[in-house]
Amino acid sequence: MAQPKQKFVGRSVLRLEDRPLLTGAGRFAADISFPGQLHMRVVRSAHAHARILAVHTADAAALPGVHAIWTAADVAHIPPIDFRLTKLVGLEPYRQRALATDRLRYVGEPVAAVFAESAYVAEDAAELVQVEVEELAPVLDALQEPQAFADGLRSEPAVVRKGFGDVDAAFRKAHTVVELDLTVGRHSGVPMETRGLIARHDRTRDVLELYGAAKVPHWNRAQIARMLGRALESVQLYEGHVGGGFGVRGELYPEDLLVCAAALKLARPVKWIEDRREHLLATNHSRQQSHRVRAAVDADGRILAIDDEFFTDQGAYLRTHAATVTDLTAAMLPGPYRVPAYRAVGHVRLTNKTPCGTYRAPGRFESTFVRERLVDAIATRLDIDPIELRRRNLITAAEMPYLRTLGTLGTEIELDSGDYAGLLDKTMAHLDWPALQRRLAQRRAADELVGAGLVMFVEKTGLGPRDLARVSVDGDGAVEVVTGAASVGQGVETVIAQICADALGVDYAGIRVVHGQTDRIAFGMGAFASRVTVMTGEATRIAAAKVRARAVEVAAELLQAPPDLLDVVDGRVVRTDAPEGPSISLGEIARTLAASPDGGLCAESWFQTDHMNYPYGVHAAVVAIDRGTGAVTVECYLVAYDIGKAVNPMLVEGQLVGGVLQGLGGSLYEEFRYDERGEPLCVTFADYLLPTAREAPPVDVLISEDAPSPLNPLGLKGAGEGGASAVGAAVAAAIDAALGMPGAVTALPVTPRKMREILRQETL
Amino acid sequence: MSGKHDLVLSVNGRDYAVQVEPRRTLVDAIREDCGLTGTHIGCEHGVCGACTVLVDGAPVRSCLMFAVQAAGKAIRTVEGLATGDELSVLQRAFMEHHGLQCGFCTPGFLMLVTGVLEREPDIGDEELIDVLASNLCRCTGYQNIIKAVRAAAQELRTK
Ligand code: FES
Ligand code: FES
Repeated sequence: MAQPKQKFVGRSVLRLEDRPLLTGAGRFAADISFPGQLHMRVVRSAHAHARILAVHTADAAALPGVHAIWTAADVAHIPPIDFRLTKLVGLEPYRQRALATDRLRYVGEPVAAVFAESAYVAEDAAELVQVEVEELAPVLDALQEPQAFADGLRSEPAVVRKGFGDVDAAFRKAHTVVELDLTVGRHSGVPMETRGLIARHDRTRDVLELYGAAKVPHWNRAQIARMLGRALESVQLYEGHVGGGFGVRGELYPEDLLVCAAALKLARPVKWIEDRREHLLATNHSRQQSHRVRAAVDADGRILAIDDEFFTDQGAYLRTHAATVTDLTAAMLPGPYRVPAYRAVGHVRLTNKTPCGTYRAPGRFESTFVRERLVDAIATRLDIDPIELRRRNLITAAEMPYLRTLGTLGTEIELDSGDYAGLLDKTMAHLDWPALQRRLAQRRAADELVGAGLVMFVEKTGLGPRDLARVSVDGDGAVEVVTGAASVGQGVETVIAQICADALGVDYAGIRVVHGQTDRIAFGMGAFASRVTVMTGEATRIAAAKVRARAVEVAAELLQAPPDLLDVVDGRVVRTDAPEGPSISLGEIARTLAASPDGGLCAESWFQTDHMNYPYGVHAAVVAIDRGTGAVTVECYLVAYDIGKAVNPMLVEGQLVGGVLQGLGGSLYEEFRYDERGEPLCVTFADYLLPTAREAPPVDVLISEDAPSPLNPLGLKGAGEGGASAVGAAVAAAIDAALGMPGAVTALPVTPRKMREILRQETL
Repeated sequence: MSGKHDLVLSVNGRDYAVQVEPRRTLVDAIREDCGLTGTHIGCEHGVCGACTVLVDGAPVRSCLMFAVQAAGKAIRTVEGLATGDELSVLQRAFMEHHGLQCGFCTPGFLMLVTGVLEREPDIGDEELIDVLASNLCRCTGYQNIIKAVRAAAQELRTK
């Protein structure tokens, strides 16, 4: 009999990442310093829209300790920042440059950069730089007719159109048409660590090094090399600890180019640490959209068609994501329902605000809010129970895989697996929904404003097209996995180690997982779109399996045993028929292979996939509203999420709970507001309100593994975003229920002020 | 700009002789002059609590205090919590309850709670939430931080 072998996948093992982070030994961007470094401070536009007449730097330059001051002319050789994930053409004129040339288009836009001996001096000097301008009228509303962006260019760079079926015919024969106007507010990831970068030119080797990389180091490396006219091999990016990413951190921003160019030109290391005010002005915003959506339904509430026209307030430029959020919104809006005909027209509109990018569950937070509001409205109109209405429209397990005939991010949407109704049943049973509703009805009868909302959604994860991993064992038996993934604090090292441990036959705790180092591996796609566990995980599994096979092959010879009687257990190759008999460690095998042409006990592997996979879930919220203040309290929250297979349930739960709270932020508290001149009103944590432990409801998580993905052998789907996707929709439904006013919520966030407006309507 | 002041900062029981401008914040002095980068900066305006350290036993936002104000006081930072390789009860509870993800906010929470539990070991669950609500975390949704802190408070009481 084989001895019991420890398995790690599927277990809530403790994280490998924690010890340095708990003891102050973390290495975040600001913790890195080099001798002789200069500190950069960016001078930013104070105007939403203006023509630059002159930039006066003499006073600032005269300050002792100031080394250099750059304006647009100093970076004229650097091209604008390119797009990472778009197939749309003709968008180039809308890209942002490192420093503004002749126009200022949002408050916070970089105009000049000061390089000084200390961060304090750099900041003093930046305040002395004077930007002379002629103010222009700002565009602040994406619903306003597009204006001239530049000669011959309108402020609507793209219109995304997606759809299938005969929408107009469906509306003609509809029993009922339901129509809604819905908006989602401007908010964003706002990680606790602001951005930070340190560039240094090692002139001995002629290598430009950039520390503080995150999310997509390999892509950024290639861009920086191209934009600064350097050979790829002479640019290296290094990721340290990253204090939260959420989609916004690690994109290529103007500051990345400034520190790199300055390190080359000034021949000193250059460090830039964003302050919080800058972060709220300069790092990508997200989410802001207005939708006019309508549904055609039959008498039983079955959806015949959905027609959505929406406007994305993209801010002042198209950054690396171009129209990605708009594209994903249009692609993911149908969600878990059978929609025979569909048309989405998404207008990407530029305004004089901070440019936008992706934020956790991009396009899904928005489209789930829109779709689920629409479904609730249909239920109200036809007087059908909203859950029964959902049931009638859900795609069934028998219909899987289900081709949506829509594409996004260069892939065709094919819902790979799922039992949507099954998860709904499980959730209702878990919540004891009828009893919950009875309790809430009693409380409402006692004049409390309380209610529950339940909504459904489909996520997309595991974006390809490929990933690479290398697994090696050294002569001491130490295992290293080198990946092209990035970590943004989500537990990548632990998850990858668990997968490697099982495939190889070692303990996860001793495995060293490398990520975000461009000099360690030639290829890497990074961390976004909940792709790391799926893509990097599978590449790792294949590479580890190859290493195991090689070890067994060598051991078979050394132990004079047939390979099929050998297993790798806890780092040793043993005979399954004689577990106490002779065995050999992976380290010994590695030593025998050290001189072999394949370079020891190691293997590299790619994983390729053309398709994303699609986890799905249910969110339910119970809220109570204070009639006097308009404050909404979320009393409890539930996420049921089917991710096929959870590598580490504790980490999955952590991702989901964290996502829920971010979703609540965007639903109830967080919003980047602007005054009528385009002046941002939320530039500190006193105005941009992140939820605290006081606002955090108990979140119940139901991880379901009913629908493993057929697209990879472990059945994995990603877990990073499903906590956030449906929060706006669930909270809105719960507020409606609490007020007894179906359709009351049409805009997020529902701040106390907006709630009081709704309450006033109630009493009219 | 005014000249620099010579002063001695006592951090985790060790004296650091530093030269700072009067306007230098305590957090900058701890990080840059003492080289202890475990204390983080998340906002520099007193809201996020990432910079929380203990000064004479009380949790303080070190971004709101000047280094010169801390001279002669006993400062404690996250680097001083573990004894050799042995994590403190609270640090271990954070690990066991998955109370951290990116870990950026963690030193601030650890110092905040360490300070509070030393002064009020019998603090109630609800009051603990009020204490925790003075710092921000963007990753965990607080649930596991609350669990970890309650578990640690419990363990410390029964010790
Ligand atoms: S950095 Fe001190 S409170 Fe945020
Ligand atoms: S763990 Fe990332 S901010 Fe708290």
